Amino acid sequence: MSEVSIRNVFKSFGAVKVIQGISMDVANGEFVVLVGPSGCGKSTLLRMVAGLESITSGEIAIGGRVVNNVEPKDRDIAMVFQNYALYPHKSVYENMAYGLRIRGLPKAEIETLVQRAAATLELTELLKRSPRELSGGQRQRVAMGRAIVRQPAVFLFDEPLSNLDAKLRVQMRAELQALHRRLETTTLYVTHDQVEAMTLAERMLVMNQGRTEQIGAPLEVYTRPATTFVAGFIGSPPMNLIPGRIDAGGGALVTAGGETVRLPLAVPALGGREVLLGVRPEHLETCDPAAALLTPDINFVELLGSDSLVYGYLGADKRGVRLAARLHATSTRAHDGALPLRFEPENLHVFDPATGRRIEV
Amino acid sequence: MAAEKRAYFPVGWLPYALVAPQLAITLVFFMWPASQAIWQSLLIQDAFGLNVEFVGLLNFRELFADPYYINSFKVTAIFSVTMTVAALGVALVLAACCDYLIRGVQVYQTLLIWPYAVAPVVAAVLWSFIFNPTLGILTYALHTWFGVTWNHMLNGNQALTLIIIAAGWKQISYNFLFFLAGMQAIPKSLIEAAAIDGAGPFRRFMTVVLPLISPTTFFLLVVNIVYAFFDTFGVIDATTQGGPGQATQVLVYKVFKDGFMGGDLGGSAAQSVVLMVIVMGLTVVQFRYIERKVKY
Repeated sequence: MSEVSIRNVFKSFGAVKVIQGISMDVANGEFVVLVGPSGCGKSTLLRMVAGLESITSGEIAIGGRVVNNVEPKDRDIAMVFQNYALYPHKSVYENMAYGLRIRGLPKAEIETLVQRAAATLELTELLKRSPRELSGGQRQRVAMGRAIVRQPAVFLFDEPLSNLDAKLRVQMRAELQALHRRLETTTLYVTHDQVEAMTLAERMLVMNQGRTEQIGAPLEVYTRPATTFVAGFIGSPPMNLIPGRIDAGGGALVTAGGETVRLPLAVPALGGREVLLGVRPEHLETCDPAAALLTPDINFVELLGSDSLVYGYLGADKRGVRLAARLHATSTRAHDGALPLRFEPENLHVFDPATGRRIEV
Repeated sequence: MAAEKRAYFPVGWLPYALVAPQLAITLVFFMWPASQAIWQSLLIQDAFGLNVEFVGLLNFRELFADPYYINSFKVTAIFSVTMTVAALGVALVLAACCDYLIRGVQVYQTLLIWPYAVAPVVAAVLWSFIFNPTLGILTYALHTWFGVTWNHMLNGNQALTLIIIAAGWKQISYNFLFFLAGMQAIPKSLIEAAAIDGAGPFRRFMTVVLPLISPTTFFLLVVNIVYAFFDTFGVIDATTQGGPGQATQVLVYKVFKDGFMGGDLGGSAAQSVVLMVIVMGLTVVQFRYIERKVKY
């Protein structure tokens, strides 16, 4: 058991700067998810923790020991790869025992450890099989078994579920959570899937283009996104962002096209400022025209059964601001064309259009 | 595979016409000479072809009673096994080193392929110059530094060593290419997983890389043995011509010597037939086991 510290880490491949100064402290036993779009550097960061990539500058410490120049095998970590990386010529048992054999453990002890790990992951029946005789989910479990059998200080997962089909992914997600609760091993988990990030993480690090966008608990990231990037990345469909200027009284936003969005709470401090106003599709609800805060023109509805996704534009012509709302299936049927919508004050987000940073209101 | 569904098309003359040239070549240049060899191996004739007699298997009986022929088998075995092991071993080490490199792989790869472009006979001539008893630079080096007197024209073991080097040298390039391709086809994450599991470079090579390239190794083993058995005529003819004595008299060279220089056409044909049987055996082995492929 140990903690991981990432201190102002940079990584360049030649002239390409992949990681540009990331710092994070992962507590002992914590489950941290690194999330971001593909190419944001999250896998590279994980591989730097594993020791598979060199660190251009900065420090990474595991259990209080700086490991910049420590070989992967001496870092006391285990890694699960996206393609599982099982040894195809070894049986499931041998795959799991390989690391223990190299460490020179006595045969009896290897047997005990492998059997115990296999029992945890329900692999006992499969120990004699070779990887090619296993299904995707089983291979995934063997890869996890190979990681847990060594009882490392830190688990590293590199998009472990992305090769599985949707149903299996949900199941494995739950198993991963259960496993972490039982083992309480410090875990770094890379994914581009925001649902995986939200459900698995105790804390998440949202990355974009090699930089930190936000570090926080999933709910905190969802309710108080630090930047417009996070607002767009976490949540589906992404948060509506309406550019405009707050009027002098601070009670409404006026878009470039002259449309007005009334604010559910007055922000006199921001009067006259250019801002991006953010509200999540699922926080919009229908209301009487008199109580409406904004009234977009609806031109497209997706019925999902439990609810509907409604798309429209703020402004008469289609050059206006595009909006999405997640509404109860029943409430959309009557509406066509102009749809009056409202939202609660706590669901109002304001961002600085120049920096993309959140402005507290 | 058995349950594979195939599409059938009505066939006209076209498929036959397309296959015909290949069939004609096979028949004229392979089947006909082979059948001639088999027929001739059952005959004894004088060198001018004036007197031909059918003798059944007499040629074969004489062959296997001939101590020179048995010796030729031994020489061939030593030659082909040593050459194959050496050529595979050196190529494997070079490929492993190249695979371990990150920069400059292309340069090494290109340089290491060059010997393959040299014709075997030319390679043999080059090596016999290098080892020439009076002029050779390596002969000189061996004598000055190690006190070894090199004269492959007198010393049978040295002659055998020379043809092993000359024949194996260009095979290294070929083997290297296949080994490197095999190693680079191994997913990088497997090597990384082994590194995280605690294996150092040598251990990774022995426990992960080597087992995973075993189909390549097996393929090369067969190809190299076939090469050593049948394609080294030029090398031997250009360097030792089977000598000194019988020291480098491999089977293919003995066929030539007995048939065209000794004038024993029947015995020579019988030797060809024996070689044919060996090729067939090797081919069967190759086709039966080569299909095993590693799945990742």
